[in-house]
Amino acid sequence: MRKIVSLSLAFLVLLSTTVQAEDSTHVFNQITVKPDADNAGLKLLPGFGALKVADNLGHTRHLVVNAQGDIYTKIMGRVASEKGIIKLHDSKGDGKADVITSFGNYGGTGIAIKNGYLYASSDEEVFRYKLDDKGGVLDTKQPEKIITGLKKGNQHETKSIALDNDGNIYVNIGAYSNSCQIEDRTKGSLGKMPCPILDSAGGIWQFKTNVLNQSYAQGERYATGLRNVVGLDWNSELNELFVMQHGRDQLHDLFPDLYDERANAEKPAETMYAIKKGTNAGWPYVYYDPELNKKMVAPEYGGDAKKESTDPSFSNPTMAFPAHLAPNGLLFYTGNQFPEKYKNGAFIAFHGSWNRAPLPQAGYYVVFVPFEKGKPTGKWEVFADGFSGMEVVTGTRGAAHRPCGLAQGPDGSLYVSDDVKGTIYRIVYNKETK
Amino acid sequence: MKAIKFVVIALIAFLLINNQNSSATQQPSPSTMKASIARGKELYLLQCLACHQVDGGGVPHLNAPLDGSANVKGNNKAKLIKIVLNGLKGEEIEGEAYGNIMAPHKELTDQQIADILTFVRNNWSNKATQITSAEVKAVRAKKK
Repeated sequence: MRKIVSLSLAFLVLLSTTVQAEDSTHVFNQITVKPDADNAGLKLLPGFGALKVADNLGHTRHLVVNAQGDIYTKIMGRVASEKGIIKLHDSKGDGKADVITSFGNYGGTGIAIKNGYLYASSDEEVFRYKLDDKGGVLDTKQPEKIITGLKKGNQHETKSIALDNDGNIYVNIGAYSNSCQIEDRTKGSLGKMPCPILDSAGGIWQFKTNVLNQSYAQGERYATGLRNVVGLDWNSELNELFVMQHGRDQLHDLFPDLYDERANAEKPAETMYAIKKGTNAGWPYVYYDPELNKKMVAPEYGGDAKKESTDPSFSNPTMAFPAHLAPNGLLFYTGNQFPEKYKNGAFIAFHGSWNRAPLPQAGYYVVFVPFEKGKPTGKWEVFADGFSGMEVVTGTRGAAHRPCGLAQGPDGSLYVSDDVKGTIYRIVYNKETK
Repeated sequence: MKAIKFVVIALIAFLLINNQNSSATQQPSPSTMKASIARGKELYLLQCLACHQVDGGGVPHLNAPLDGSANVKGNNKAKLIKIVLNGLKGEEIEGEAYGNIMAPHKELTDQQIADILTFVRNNWSNKATQITSAEVKAVRAKKK
């Protein structure tokens, strides 16, 4: 046994030296932090461990880690003075944030770092802050406002952001409606035709990263027919945007003659799309049925739960997930800490459902999907669970934590934010961990 | 034996109907309140559960909680009745904003609304007085 261990160790050392020799940025990363004894309360796959970086930060939505390992996380909702963005610094190297500072007077969800700038969104605007060579914000008081005047309703109001490698930023503008009914979320109400929301929401808009005060006139509707996207990421391997759509709610409540409670809980799918310029995912006219694996005509638009959509303008999803799980974070893993199968694969943070009642709720976990060249190569599996602290979630309010944002650290650690209590988790891989 | 059973059932039914008729004018008795809660529970499953959840906790940031809510268990019955009749949109409730709209439920009868409200006022940690169909009727009439 000892022989095997030392042999594999030797192999690992050899492997890491070889990789290092090829490309100095591709070092087999050794983790230096210790997981919490209880893995921060999470259930993880063998070899993985987790620690709480920080706790009780508020509604921490998306987060990003700079090259120095400092975390910036965006706070949602009404924020106290200078508490819109929280920066976490670990001065001791134990993985625990011990220097916590904050700035920004707007609530929001989106945050990203690209080419020396920190980008952050309110529910109507996007700002950027120049970073110094230590990854710190140079001027926290006066960011550049690059995007303004985005549509904001009472629902799906958050603006998630992603950046490409060509100076563009992509912003989700969620549809301020469930299914574009004449009377929103009202039993039997039919859909508006055409859906007027789509002119300024229900899609992804593209803007320049370096132009001030852009709005609809300066931007471009890059993709449409997306009800609401919270998790999105630029896949640099393919040079393509991927988004996770939150599928529509309440098929049974609104059309009880067509959908029973079981159908309501299982339909429609939460869907992942590979976005090209002009992609139309079909909301509100169609939804994706994960049991039939087909795009179906929505009941508001003449559907009867059986009528398949034949409209060729609507794209098929890259992958379909169970209904109502609420994908709030998407991250393509490019790090070198996790085993090889994770490379270029997708992590998705599912915030957890509410629309499966009276059936038990689901989600409240982070899943992994292996990918190769932008195509899923296997089924999704639960990667990190236990956020809710409940065996079965019967009511959403009872969930102790709900995973929301995902980020990758410079050492390949995976960071997960929780927007109930404001816990930041760091998940690490260590072969020796049981 | 069969005959006795029939008489008993008939008597109970008579009492229930009788009580219901008188509830508009008199203070409701405990038995009508119990019956109203039972009917309200059935209606809650059909009309309310999807958003307000099994535990009455709602959904943070999306749908308001009923359990522990001052609007639900408070004395301003007219305000509560109006929320069910007219729905709610974009209003802050007890300092929290909720994303989803609440659809109006004018299609429910006065008795159905009374039953649902009596149920939610007396379930989970809530404890409050009954709401009668007469009270719903009065609020509905005032609106016109």
